[in-house]
Amino acid sequence: MNEFADLEARALRVREHIIRMAGGGGCFIGASLSCADLLVYLYSRVLRVAPDAIAAPERDYLLLSKGHDVPALYGVLAECGFFPVERLRNHLRTNDSLYWHPNRSIPGVEFHSGSLGHLLSVGMGIATDIKLAGADNRVFVITGDGELNEGSMWEAMLVASAKKLDNLVMIVDRNELQANVRTEELIPLEPLAPRLETFGFQTATLDGHSFDAMQRAFREPGDGRPRAFIAKTVRGKGLPSIEARADRWFVKFRDDEVEALLEELHGRSAAAITSEALQVR
Amino acid sequence: MSYESELLRLCESDPRIVVMTAETRAAIRNLPDILGPRFLDVGICEMTMVGMAAGLALRGRIPVIHALATFLTLRAFEFIRTDVGIARLPVKLIGAVPGFLSDGNGPTHQALEDVALMRGIPGMSVVCPADEEELVAALPDIIRMPGPVYVRYNARPAAVQHQRPYAIGEGEVLATGDDVTLLTYGLLVEEAARACGILEAQGYGVTLINLRTLAPLDAALILRWARATKLVVTIEDHFRIGGLSSMVTETLFAARVQTPVLAISMDERWFHPALLPDVLAHEGFDGPQLAERVRAAIGGDAWRTASA
Repeated sequence: MNEFADLEARALRVREHIIRMAGGGGCFIGASLSCADLLVYLYSRVLRVAPDAIAAPERDYLLLSKGHDVPALYGVLAECGFFPVERLRNHLRTNDSLYWHPNRSIPGVEFHSGSLGHLLSVGMGIATDIKLAGADNRVFVITGDGELNEGSMWEAMLVASAKKLDNLVMIVDRNELQANVRTEELIPLEPLAPRLETFGFQTATLDGHSFDAMQRAFREPGDGRPRAFIAKTVRGKGLPSIEARADRWFVKFRDDEVEALLEELHGRSAAAITSEALQVR
Repeated sequence: MSYESELLRLCESDPRIVVMTAETRAAIRNLPDILGPRFLDVGICEMTMVGMAAGLALRGRIPVIHALATFLTLRAFEFIRTDVGIARLPVKLIGAVPGFLSDGNGPTHQALEDVALMRGIPGMSVVCPADEEELVAALPDIIRMPGPVYVRYNARPAAVQHQRPYAIGEGEVLATGDDVTLLTYGLLVEEAARACGILEAQGYGVTLINLRTLAPLDAALILRWARATKLVVTIEDHFRIGGLSSMVTETLFAARVQTPVLAISMDERWFHPALLPDVLAHEGFDGPQLAERVRAAIGGDAWRTASA
């Protein structure tokens, strides 16, 4: 019996949602697929947060700092019961607020983002208040690797370390691609783990698509420092036709391509994609 | 009562308040020891301070955050606008040494666009006390207001004999007359009052208004006196673009009030750095020079005679 079968099924449904959101007006499909498994695992096995207590002061917080991957969060929140799955059909409709970046009107979304480099410090404010209250809830911040170009991230890390925010967990979605090019070709981040260590974070690297690896990594005890997890991921994970392609940053697929990608996701046939990526950055 | 002691009094009565600084401690030097963990110095990290303040506010705190006005409003602008502004969080931003108060620091430290930037953020209030008395009087309301507030920190000795209790959004009429209306705020209330006295002694009827807050703006008061006088003069240590002169001309135009407006402000340049009294004298903002600039604009004796 695969102890992660329920998570794998959930992750597959989340990927279906993401692909459907990439039809119509499109979405940042690659980044959404790269962090989908992480979000599924965190909401299913780690975070103490429930749809019927989304404002509970004792909840764990998850902040999506690289907000453009929000289709993954929409999908996970819907699958976890924070709002009806049918609501995902409202993506980009003016009668709802499911757009390309997160906002607080969506149940379960803690804060808006979209401008990179913001939510580590916002999460630190939340973490600081939790410590002032003497509570033990934790704050998880999902960042992109491209987002680590932003100086505000490193500034915030210095402060998080200085203030000993051991209830802060930063997870880097290390898919090695930023908007247009590979991270290592533009502003190299490596060696990333030692860099995060020297900024005062207890750092671990894991496979961001392996639930088993996540279970082992997230069960490791903290040592009093803020924590960083470098989740090695693949942009576009689950869809070989777009995996790791730098030009599949933001894509708006035709209806027939959406159906072909769903087929590909289920391993039935490869999708032939001709829609070009939009130039959005 | 000093700003620091009033802030401490408010902290003691309201446990939601946390005091933060990006290593700007001049006004709050005694608070770290007293407030303990509710005092948070993040070092020279304005962006992180604002982001953290937003996070603290999401948890129900009221952060009162301190930095030099330039670095707070410029370095951290996008954090103020995006994290505090979009969510309309109750973060209270205290900008130190704004405008001419930066003395001899030079253009890097001259906050002359802070009002324009802050009033451009939906939901942001902008409070510009004339002296420490007003700053202290305003502080309970600044804390109590549900949204974000930017304060042009000014803890100088009493600028004038204040005429009425401080109220957010209400200007203070310090003198009335039917020739000219002087509109000002902050540090320059004192010099404008001197100019007012000089002009009155020369026989002009002068209305002097200390606006006290620029957002919300006391538009009704401005319109009333703009209609009742022949010239409106805005006096501010701020760039002309986006400051009080912009607000007043917008207000008058929208109400179809055609009283001419003389803007006395910094136009397309920074001021010459020096100690404050010398800055005022050099830039033409001391009382006598302000009076002369106003008198020249209203056309000297001819107009006074016509209006008498």
